[in-house]
Amino acid sequence: MTVTAPPVVIETPPAIATPVRAGAGSKVLAWVIMLAGVLYFFAPLVATGERAFRAIGRTFSFEAFRRVITDPEFLRTFGESVINAVATIVVSLLVIVPTAYWVTLKVPKLRSIIEFITLLPFVIPAVVLVFGLIRMYSRPPLAILGSYGSTRIILICAYAALSFPYMYRSVDNGLRAINVRTLTEAAQSLGATWPTIVWRVIFPNLRVALLSGALLTFAIVIGELTVALYLGQHTFGPFMSNLVRNFVAEPAALTILSFAMTWGAMGFISYLTRRQPGKRRMRRRP
Amino acid sequence: MAFLVLDRVRKEFGGSTAVEDFNLAVEAGEFVSFLGPSGCGKTTTLRMIAGFEKPSVGRISIGGRDITNARPNERNVGMVFQSYALFPNMTVGQNVGFGLKLKKVGREETQSRVNELLELIHMPDKGDSYPHELSGGQQQRVALARALAIRPQVLLLDEPLSALDAKIRDELRIEIRRIQRTLDITTIYVTHDQEEAMALSDRVVVMSRGVMEQVGPPFQIYNYPETRFVASFVGKLNQIPGVVIDSKTVQCGDERLQTTTPIEESPGTAVNVMVRPEELDIGAGEENQLVGVVESVNFLGAIVRVRIARGEQMITADLFNERLLELPEVEEAVTISFPAHACWVMKAN
Amino acid sequence: MTSLTSTSVEGQRPPRSWNWVGILPFLLFSSAFLLGPAIILLVRSLQANEGGWTLGNYRQLIDPQVLEAYGLSVRISIVTAVVGGVFGFLLAWAIIYGGLPRVFRSLLTTFSGVASNFAGVPLAAAFIFTLGRIGMITALFGFFGIDLYDSDFSLYNFWGLTVVYMFFQFPLMVLTITPALEGLKKEWKEASENLGATSWQYWRHVALPVLMPSILGTIILLFGNAFGAHATAYALTGGTLRLATILIGAQISGDVLQNQGLGYAVAMGMVLIMGLSIGLYTILQRRAERWLA
Repeated sequence: MTVTAPPVVIETPPAIATPVRAGAGSKVLAWVIMLAGVLYFFAPLVATGERAFRAIGRTFSFEAFRRVITDPEFLRTFGESVINAVATIVVSLLVIVPTAYWVTLKVPKLRSIIEFITLLPFVIPAVVLVFGLIRMYSRPPLAILGSYGSTRIILICAYAALSFPYMYRSVDNGLRAINVRTLTEAAQSLGATWPTIVWRVIFPNLRVALLSGALLTFAIVIGELTVALYLGQHTFGPFMSNLVRNFVAEPAALTILSFAMTWGAMGFISYLTRRQPGKRRMRRRP
Repeated sequence: MAFLVLDRVRKEFGGSTAVEDFNLAVEAGEFVSFLGPSGCGKTTTLRMIAGFEKPSVGRISIGGRDITNARPNERNVGMVFQSYALFPNMTVGQNVGFGLKLKKVGREETQSRVNELLELIHMPDKGDSYPHELSGGQQQRVALARALAIRPQVLLLDEPLSALDAKIRDELRIEIRRIQRTLDITTIYVTHDQEEAMALSDRVVVMSRGVMEQVGPPFQIYNYPETRFVASFVGKLNQIPGVVIDSKTVQCGDERLQTTTPIEESPGTAVNVMVRPEELDIGAGEENQLVGVVESVNFLGAIVRVRIARGEQMITADLFNERLLELPEVEEAVTISFPAHACWVMKAN
Repeated sequence: MTSLTSTSVEGQRPPRSWNWVGILPFLLFSSAFLLGPAIILLVRSLQANEGGWTLGNYRQLIDPQVLEAYGLSVRISIVTAVVGGVFGFLLAWAIIYGGLPRVFRSLLTTFSGVASNFAGVPLAAAFIFTLGRIGMITALFGFFGIDLYDSDFSLYNFWGLTVVYMFFQFPLMVLTITPALEGLKKEWKEASENLGATSWQYWRHVALPVLMPSILGTIILLFGNAFGAHATAYALTGGTLRLATILIGAQISGDVLQNQGLGYAVAMGMVLIMGLSIGLYTILQRRAERWLA
């Protein structure tokens, strides 16, 4: 897993009509750069697609996909990763949402501490984190890593911790955008109880932020290799990793599937963000 | 020949016309304001002079040189923006000297010119500050100095005071006029604030929907508006509906009103009698009189604004405050009066 | 959970607020799965294998095996950060100021979101099909009589990994630098033109200096991004290309350094370098915000 800057992924910048007065020279340059980018971007996808769809001989077929999908090992590992991803999202939301809400409402002074901690996954690479987890949980008094099942819980919690930068930023941005304090106080003055406030007022306003964070987490967890590998988990990442060096057509099909999933998640996030109501727009003077 | 000339200038964006048939000749050293509501084409016209927009039709010349198609960086006009637009990476001194640096002016000469301008804007010791360390008013002074440093032929100001607080705005307004007089520089000033335009300008161009409504000195514009738009946009105005009797008289409800400005409309035409609030007096007068009921009395300091209901119609009278002034009571029936020379007539729409 | 009104109704603030208790679950969770593991490594790195406190493990970082791994990681991170940063910047410039059709902008933004998160096994696989020994581009070169693998190039060495890392590096640059580029005020360009500047002079004296903190900051972010990457390199080379992360991975599985303490020191060294780069990035980003806000 690599470090990415979460805020920019989540917040697609609003489309502001910047008047462009590009000279002919810069226009040509722009096209050349764009073309180079497109070529570099698409060459690996085209090459992979070519392998995936021409599994037998030189003809187009879904044979590779059929073989992958009917492989019981694929089904098992992929299923396990999906469950892990969902569990990660649930754990991450359970930890982050109440914390972010509480900090915004009651202890804004502690915001910088929370922010600092949630950014730690950028400082502690996954491979270092898993190193530390193994050392921490393999010896008494915390010898949890004994069984596959309990190790899996550690894996999910580690994923949740690694998702903090995305999840916290996303939720925090969402909370800032809706002015939680005023909303909460307004709801209270109308006689709303605590559960009502959270469920009927705060949550609906955070839906987009929560979904964005969840989708990004899903995209990252589903094919994660490093942590799963060293915790000895038989998930989708290590499964793919073994295949890459053994077959040709099947990993190509898996790569196409992974890409489609990432694209789907990201596309959905930018769709959500773009149509989000009440998003602040720049007011333009005529 | 005039110094800055706009000759039949027209600007279209896509299908819509932003500026239509704009003709203006500005004398050297003259201060001209473009006044109008937002979207009236005043900023577009200014941007055409600066070269940021190209006229669809027409010609613009400065000092006899046709600059219609010149690039913005070849025109030597100074521009001040509403948002200051100071370069955040440069100090005040570097901002002011930037135009000179581009012109490859020597270091010492640049420095002395920068000092001279900082002196002019009363900020001699701020040369090493960065824009973000300054207040809005200070930033706009620097922007003015930066525009002036290149000794532009024309100074263009695009709503330079709208982002500032009321108090700073008044201060800086006086400052701008002082500097303009000192340098005797031809200036075009865009604003939607009529008070600003009135206070600053030698002449005001009132614009509406891309069209020049009236051009003239502030006194002329205010007291002798030529169109309904100018009359209502510049200053407050009472419009009293009535019907023309003859070239001097209008029947307004039960009362007859006289005007010394000859009425061009034929008898029987529906018109409005126009009169400024400050021309009205409470109490009987010798010429025009109207009766009504006081609706509200607002004390605004120097003036007292009295609103009088005359049936459905509301008339505003601004009285000068003085210690001996007797304020009317709300719901009191009053007579208001004004002289015949204070009002004029415009056709009802 | 306490009611919100309980404190405000009483009028007087209690002398000591217990509100901080609300973030306790978060602190506990972070300690167990984020801070704890890091602290354990730190403590172990300061302990001698025989027991007792020591800085000896850090002194042994000059071990050639370790230095080589760090060196390779640093080199690959610098190259991909600088090249990816420059190219990403140019791409962002092209879609915003290059006069390209508007569709490209949202297309590139979404694509960058995907590509910057498309690391690990699938990325490695995609490049094996492209530039591996029997990859499509390799075959294309072969068709023109050029054997890529005749030269120094191999997908499984330094240059190969550089090409692969670029796939997530420059999209990340595009994503982070686009808002900064959009933050350039139109009036700055107009003001400088008005003062006589050409387009190039505007970029040289105003736009680039204003963007410089953002550009540098993001390049540092890219550095950290590459430096901490493990999965892609592992999937591609199976651990034969000894980056610092690969070395740590190997140390986890089988104490390849034959020195437990040194392994911890290597891990802490990574954390230190990552911390420095993220810290520097944050500082530069703050400066950029002051100018562009």
